[in-house]
Amino acid sequence: MNGVFETVLFAGMAILTATVFMAFLRLVKGPSLPDRVVALDIMSVTALGIIALYVMDTGEVIFLDVALIVALVSFLGTVAFAYYVERGQRESGGSE
Amino acid sequence: MIQDAVGAALILVGALFMGIAGIGLLRMPDLFMRMSCTTKASTLGMGFLMMAVAVRFPNLGTMTRALAITLFVFLTSPVAAHMIARAAYVSGVPLWKKTVADQLCNQYDRCTCTLESCPLVDDGELKDSREAGIGEEMATTPEDKKPKSK
Repeated sequence: MNGVFETVLFAGMAILTATVFMAFLRLVKGPSLPDRVVALDIMSVTALGIIALYVMDTGEVIFLDVALIVALVSFLGTVAFAYYVERGQRESGGSE
Repeated sequence: MIQDAVGAALILVGALFMGIAGIGLLRMPDLFMRMSCTTKASTLGMGFLMMAVAVRFPNLGTMTRALAITLFVFLTSPVAAHMIARAAYVSGVPLWKKTVADQLCNQYDRCTCTLESCPLVDDGELKDSREAGIGEEMATTPEDKKPKSK
């Protein structure tokens, strides 16, 4: 049973690594800035999943605090980018 | 044994959801469709993985941390996606050319090619249009009833 769990853990880590790779491709070739912001958001959420798998692999539960901080920083970064995109549009396009 | 089996199932389901999110992020033709399939699927997959952590380590502290991370991401991910989508729509990211419905098309100035979309539509036009629509319905129904009564 232990071997089955280890195999599933390895498969999940492989799938999450593929997800990070696909998000990186979107980050490279995304046509606009919000595409890249979405790709960064997905990379951070995938990093949360990778941290969860690492916790289950090694048994060190202290990394869940790291996951919480990563979630917080990711949310703040996304909100900051949203304000940046909207405000840049407002300063360049607003002719009033 | 049962913990290992349930944890393995949760890991598989969560990893598959996040893989679906990655494929949708790479393959969807539009920013809004990308966000539509990405935000939900990745949030749900992360919730499954945190549930796997909580099943694998049934301490009080670990389960509380996993539940806290899940609740935090479930609360903040829709807010972040909504803000990004709103900023992208205002800044004029093009929709897919086969898009069926764009319900804000008449209410932003973007679709009239003036690009002065910073002052959003004031509530007067919306309220007037809704009152006009309701008034038409109220006007049509008694006229239909009056000839029947006569």
